Amino acid sequence: MKNLLRSSAALPCALALVLAAWLPARSAAAAQLHIAVAANFLGTLRKLAPLFAHASGDTLLPSAGSTGQLYIQITQGAPFDVFLSADAARPQRLQSQGLIVAGSRFTYAVGTVVLWSPRAGAIAGGGKTLRAGGYRFIGVANPKNAPYGAAAQQVLTALGLWIRLNQDKKIVVGEDITQTWQFAASGNDDMSFVALSQVIGPDGKISGSYWLPPRSMYQPIDQDAVILSSTPNKAAAQAFTHWLRTAPQAAAIIRAAGYHTAD
Amino acid sequence: MALALSVALSRPGFSLRVDTELPIRGVTALFGRSGCGKTTLLRCIAGLDRIAAARVCFNGEVWQDDEHFLPTHRRSVGYVFQEPSLFAHHDVRGNLQFGLTRVPPAQRRIGFDEAVRLLGLEGLLARRPEQLSGGQRQRVAIARALLASPQLLLMDEPLSSLDATSKAQILPHLERLHEALSIPVIYVSHALGEVMRLADDLVLLEAGRVRAAGPLQLLLTRTDLPLGNLDDGGTVIHGVIEAHDPAYHLSFVAISGGRLAISMQPLPVGHRVRVRIDARDVSLALEPPQRTSITNILSATVLELHADGDPAQTLVRLQVGDDLMLARVTRRSAVQLELAAGTRLYVQIKSAALMEP
Amino acid sequence: MAGADLTALWISLRLAAITTALLLVLCTPLAWWLASTRSRARVPIDAMVSLPLVLPPTVLGFYLLILLGPAGPIGRVLRQFGLASPVFTFTGLVIGSMLYSLPFVVQPLRDAFEALGPRALEVAATLRASPWNRFITVAVPLASRGFLTAAVLSFAHTLGEFGVVLMIGGNIPGRTQTASIAIYNHAETLEYGAANRLSATLILIAFVLLLGVYTATRRGRGGVRVWRWH
Repeated sequence: MKNLLRSSAALPCALALVLAAWLPARSAAAAQLHIAVAANFLGTLRKLAPLFAHASGDTLLPSAGSTGQLYIQITQGAPFDVFLSADAARPQRLQSQGLIVAGSRFTYAVGTVVLWSPRAGAIAGGGKTLRAGGYRFIGVANPKNAPYGAAAQQVLTALGLWIRLNQDKKIVVGEDITQTWQFAASGNDDMSFVALSQVIGPDGKISGSYWLPPRSMYQPIDQDAVILSSTPNKAAAQAFTHWLRTAPQAAAIIRAAGYHTAD
Repeated sequence: MALALSVALSRPGFSLRVDTELPIRGVTALFGRSGCGKTTLLRCIAGLDRIAAARVCFNGEVWQDDEHFLPTHRRSVGYVFQEPSLFAHHDVRGNLQFGLTRVPPAQRRIGFDEAVRLLGLEGLLARRPEQLSGGQRQRVAIARALLASPQLLLMDEPLSSLDATSKAQILPHLERLHEALSIPVIYVSHALGEVMRLADDLVLLEAGRVRAAGPLQLLLTRTDLPLGNLDDGGTVIHGVIEAHDPAYHLSFVAISGGRLAISMQPLPVGHRVRVRIDARDVSLALEPPQRTSITNILSATVLELHADGDPAQTLVRLQVGDDLMLARVTRRSAVQLELAAGTRLYVQIKSAALMEP
Repeated sequence: MAGADLTALWISLRLAAITTALLLVLCTPLAWWLASTRSRARVPIDAMVSLPLVLPPTVLGFYLLILLGPAGPIGRVLRQFGLASPVFTFTGLVIGSMLYSLPFVVQPLRDAFEALGPRALEVAATLRASPWNRFITVAVPLASRGFLTAAVLSFAHTLGEFGVVLMIGGNIPGRTQTASIAIYNHAETLEYGAANRLSATLILIAFVLLLGVYTATRRGRGGVRVWRWH
């Protein structure tokens, strides 16, 4: 080891290794679309990808993250073709910044918020359960940056409980809906407002107990998609968004995942 | 060969002002108490510390002056530090070769095997520093410094970190070095015994100033210097082994003032030796002593008397042949014997005092 | 394990290796300077080196993105030279990782150099070794423990990096999606089986590497110990 370090061949060898390793593995496929997708839709997108590949021959490469993080990266020139946001606000901002292909913004899914607990029977009477009290903590995603959190706040406000629960320190705020879901799943809180897509099983059933607040209680959680103007694959991107919007198989999967389609 | 040295340094509690030209031949001892500036001076000569107002010129080659500063690695100095300082990442052989490989073969003045032999390192070459005793490590350090073929060897109290046994083991090697190689040495020490065994010239440093400089014997016997007043003060006389008496286990050393008998030495006739005679082992007699147990009796002339640190004693400086000697006697005896400059008398030296340690 | 996960693993390993190699080369002179200088700049530079420890990784990634992005100050300069901005590429990951793991390389190296003390180098100077030669043949070998620590820490730290690579890399599969991000994605989509498999593989690789390195350099035969002097 000492001799290796000291030999004059060591440095060039090390540099050669470094440079060789830098060269990336050759990528395989033909038309690839880079999709920036909000984390909550990743699972659904993964189910859509093979269907789209079968229909068009193009591959989808999802890059998941929080909507806020993806938005920042897009404004910094991230090489994505399509952005599937978890809200409508960020795509709107991108539109007003001139970063999207004109007219490409549309709602690809409408989220449903659900109050959920992994324990059966924990949420028996829906809104009544909430009013009755008898629970320590309710999990809510951060209303400032998560649309599902904002929806949860709207529901609780409609029930007249928001201020009181905050005063009683019964609201636990998760940074994103995954964390909020984890609060409930781990039993750290009694129940959480999460996205329906998180708790609906492949068979359409929800384990544990839940309450679906009436849609009138909260602003629709429109999840918008845009094609970014910097895309080098405009035609393929348009084919994808068109398919997402109109293909019946796509709609079926999106609905089965716990969203509504924008109709 | 000469080393021109001019250093001015001032720090709180310490100042050094030296402006001298040292003849560099053989071993020059830089002697003085701790804190008098010896190490500072040595490091300045080596270029390890860059003192602003300093001038160092070795054999006409400017090592440092107001405009230039030759870095240590370009000065042809070897340095032996007080603590052995061997490289932990090399074994003994690797340590020794460190300096050797950095000297172009044409400039090498001492070979690997010769250095190993001189310092007695034959069995140690494969060992690692942590496996060696303090004395062994220091011997390796000395050999390592020599193998870099320096023109000047600087030794900073190389024996002071060792125990008495190790010191005793290394001193003969140092003495042999002295004989075998022609590399001049500046040897820093506060131990008079070492200086007496090794030095040819002495520079006495006191509070950052050169108090005196000159040949060893001369400085040792000067009564105006504190050296003679030291408890183990005395003189060093060079002689030649003349004969051996195996029956009585004695060797005879011819010196300028006569002949000394010392404990038999395993040295051949004709070998040069140093003899150390402490002032306290010399007694004086006005008439040739008769029927006395003391073997070594030489004629001498009193040069001067001087008060000793002990008020009961007097220091007497004597000429014995071409050599100078000191004797310490009671003041009462000095008065009773009416000792004065010019008095011719006999010195008696106890045999035991002449043995090489 | 799925192909995408293997790719992510490979990206992580490449990233850790390249980052570590580059940091070792670039930080050695810096660490040496910090250890031996008496300049007053030492303290502020020491503090700056430690800054990546203080910032949350996502924040660090965010600022890097702004700086290096095509609209950012450095990004614009690069464009003037005809170079593309490194964000969302593997190169960007390397830059981000180097900043993120910088203190983990500088500090052990600096401490190891400091621990040498001046004596060994003084000795080398008296044995005719030039400053560069002293550094290579004495300082570096005697500080080898520090190099080892720096390499190991940097490698492990970069393997586990998440916030910075996510921000500056953009989580692009096959290009900037590292193992740690892939694990996170699996967890996000509740694919805990895949998350566990990838995590276990990552941990196993790191463990085996560390085990190998420490075994090869343990004290005793063939080891190098840092001594001050004898």
